[in-house]
Amino acid sequence: MKNLKLFLITITIITMNSCDNDDPVATTGSIRFDFTHNWDGDNVTTDDFNIIQFTNANGDPMSVSKLRYLISNIFLHKADGSSIAIDGYLLVDLSTQSTFAFVSNIPFDTYTSISFTFGFNEADNTDGFYSDLNAASWNWPEMLGGGYHFMQLEGKYLDTTVEKPYAYHMGTARVSPGVFEANHFEISIDGFTHANDAVIEIKMNIAEWFKNPYTWDLEVYNTTLMPNYDAQILMNQNGDSVFSLGEVN
Amino acid sequence: MVVGFLFSSCGENEIVLPNTYEPTPLPLKIPPLFAEKILDPVIPFNNPQTVEGVALGRKLFYDPILSGDGSQSCSDCHAPENAFTDADRFSVGIDGDIGNRNSMPIFNQAWNYDENFFWDGRSFGLEGQALEPVKNPIEMHNTWVNAMASLQSHTDYPDLFFQAFGTSTIDSSLVTKAIAQFERTLISGNSRFDKHLLGTLTLTPQELNGFDIFMDETKGDCFHCHGNANNPLWTDNIFHNNGLDAVITDIGLGAVTGNPADNGKFKSPSIRNLQFTAPYMHDGRFATIDEVINHYSEGLQNSPTIDPLMKAIATGGVQLTNDEKEALKAFLLSLSDSEFINNPNFQNPN
Repeated sequence: MKNLKLFLITITIITMNSCDNDDPVATTGSIRFDFTHNWDGDNVTTDDFNIIQFTNANGDPMSVSKLRYLISNIFLHKADGSSIAIDGYLLVDLSTQSTFAFVSNIPFDTYTSISFTFGFNEADNTDGFYSDLNAASWNWPEMLGGGYHFMQLEGKYLDTTVEKPYAYHMGTARVSPGVFEANHFEISIDGFTHANDAVIEIKMNIAEWFKNPYTWDLEVYNTTLMPNYDAQILMNQNGDSVFSLGEVN
Repeated sequence: MVVGFLFSSCGENEIVLPNTYEPTPLPLKIPPLFAEKILDPVIPFNNPQTVEGVALGRKLFYDPILSGDGSQSCSDCHAPENAFTDADRFSVGIDGDIGNRNSMPIFNQAWNYDENFFWDGRSFGLEGQALEPVKNPIEMHNTWVNAMASLQSHTDYPDLFFQAFGTSTIDSSLVTKAIAQFERTLISGNSRFDKHLLGTLTLTPQELNGFDIFMDETKGDCFHCHGNANNPLWTDNIFHNNGLDAVITDIGLGAVTGNPADNGKFKSPSIRNLQFTAPYMHDGRFATIDEVINHYSEGLQNSPTIDPLMKAIATGGVQLTNDEKEALKAFLLSLSDSEFINNPNFQNPN
């Protein structure tokens, strides 16, 4: 499986070569998937980091100081039940502006939905397998099932007047020592009609991680959540509603 | 082969054909775990590793000719026996001045992918970093104009620069390229823990227990910043406020970015070779590994920019028992690489 960031370069070269043929009718085009982030509709960038300016569903004022997450295996689904598989993964990291994946040669068609995996599925979540993710220390401890983090969302929250840290880290759930449960989930969002080279915005509402269906109480779940089975499962459930299709250009 | 033939056939006329001269490529000796686990090292396209460039860089690294009064070399504050850092808390410059930061160790720097160097990340690239100490008034206190003139009038250096770069006209860019080439060869990857991972050595139960404490989010929780068995760098090379002070006087990264949210952040150093790199922290405040562990266990100080990963701030730290501290230290020391500090290729050639 490829890192989608690296995929960009090879595909671009192939595309340029194919242009030399003066192909009269293009039947495919590129897509750039742009991951953007908001708090209930207000755009969030690194400029907003470290400022306690958000209020979660539980009523706690909070900040974000880090947001990194892994997505993999994007599929574009058609009405007839078939789909285009975009093999690869992307570590989205707001602090490095690594927030998009570029793919080429996607057939022009109407796609009824986009799906992708949040994290890695069990087959892909092989401990130590991805050199770029290892280099980013994105690994999930072996004692918790190994493989990789799916998300690191960190910041502070205000407990009346005291700032306290939280580290909403998601990955494989440990049921008990030596017993683990896969914790990735599939996201499905609206589709689009692909007729030209396109930029497709995929929006993450960060507030949803703290809202739906579980109203996240940071006084209960703040740090040391990696080995906390209940917290891991609640993250999985709350993750279902965080993504949606944004603008298509 | 062809290059060598051309060069020798030209005899004394090699300067007539400077464009045909090519120094000898010298690939980095990449340890097996590095090759297997992480991305390739960063080598600038305009500064490939060569036999002649590395040899020149090594000579320059150990030569006091770069300093204002010819008394101090890079190695005075970056000594091989200390994994290329300074055993003194603050290094003393040629005029007797001292700074406010501890000299950084130098190894595995080609794998600093973001290429932000110094504790506060103010220089980009190893070549960029090497420009700084020569002209810093409290360090080598020279000017590059003067340093280049000293090298140009030296009996050996113009020839050595020709061999390394195909020109005997010396400038600061070539000096720092040579030093950076030497620094990229300073690779440490053969500690007891590396051998354990390669299956050629069995660690003690205490060392293994220490590694578990390192990796356990309910115990040491060190891995978020200091790597893991799949990251042989043992650092994220990212900047953090690790809770040293309630009132921050040296703002670190914040002075570089101008962002108050970065105040008090310094780069995570690698935890390889701690046996040789005391004292610890950006200001060398801790003389021993025990003091470092005690800091994370009980000594955390809160401040507005403290990293959320310093999660146990409310209780002052992660509260390790004495046995856990000893085990953690045993693990940390298993990352000592004495072969690295004694490597004859890294010692003073002058």
